[in-house]
Amino acid sequence: MANSKYPTSPHLQIYRLPLTALLSITHRITGVILAIGCLLLVWLLAAAAEGAESYRVLYNHLDSWYGQVFLLGFVFSLYLHFCNGVRHLFWDVGYGFELETVDLTAKLAIAVAVILTIATWVVAGIA
Amino acid sequence: MSELRTPLSKVKGLGSAKEGTGHFWHQRLTALLLIPLVLWIGFSIAAMPVDHATLVGWIEQPWVAVALVLLVITVFYHAQLGLQVIIEDYISSHSRRTLILLLTNLACLLCGTVGVISVLKISFGA
Repeated sequence: MANSKYPTSPHLQIYRLPLTALLSITHRITGVILAIGCLLLVWLLAAAAEGAESYRVLYNHLDSWYGQVFLLGFVFSLYLHFCNGVRHLFWDVGYGFELETVDLTAKLAIAVAVILTIATWVVAGIA
Repeated sequence: MSELRTPLSKVKGLGSAKEGTGHFWHQRLTALLLIPLVLWIGFSIAAMPVDHATLVGWIEQPWVAVALVLLVITVFYHAQLGLQVIIEDYISSHSRRTLILLLTNLACLLCGTVGVISVLKISFGA
């Protein structure tokens, strides 16, 4: 088909995804990240129930550089999935399908996710 | 013979899988419930000093324990529903898909149970 003069349909790797499509696949990816990351929530609860010694092990991991990187990624994934999820809920009840609105809410979802992530870090810094 | 479905099956509207829109609906209900719960857990933990005694003292409060149990159950149910859709979309081999679905569901159930028991253990002071 290399010599075909007909235009072929855009391939995923060539075609630049619109923001909404990008957020759509990101929603799935962050969903998987969160499912794995929620092991941390269980670990936190189990360690708290187990005692100070178990909690210290978890704390040391979270306090390390890789723990902080993981936490930042987890929290940002959480808020991005959260904001885009709210966007999906509005679509489910029939609002926000106009192209300009879809584009605006996509940018809004990312912006709010960044703000919530920063806000969480600021609150943690004060505490 | 143009109509193969019985009147009862049409009225119930549950389709051949007998579940109708149950999966879709539960995904949305858990999502709604998670809106307040996620904001609450995110900022509560961020606002807390990070030592063990503070964390346990916080979980010991009855309403915190209630919200935590609700959060753990909702989160892992929501995760199970979401992971199921992704697995069904991307894994085409029937046997492999069934196996991975089974393991995923089991993992979600196990994590949820460990989370709930941990909260209960703290709140009953065991």
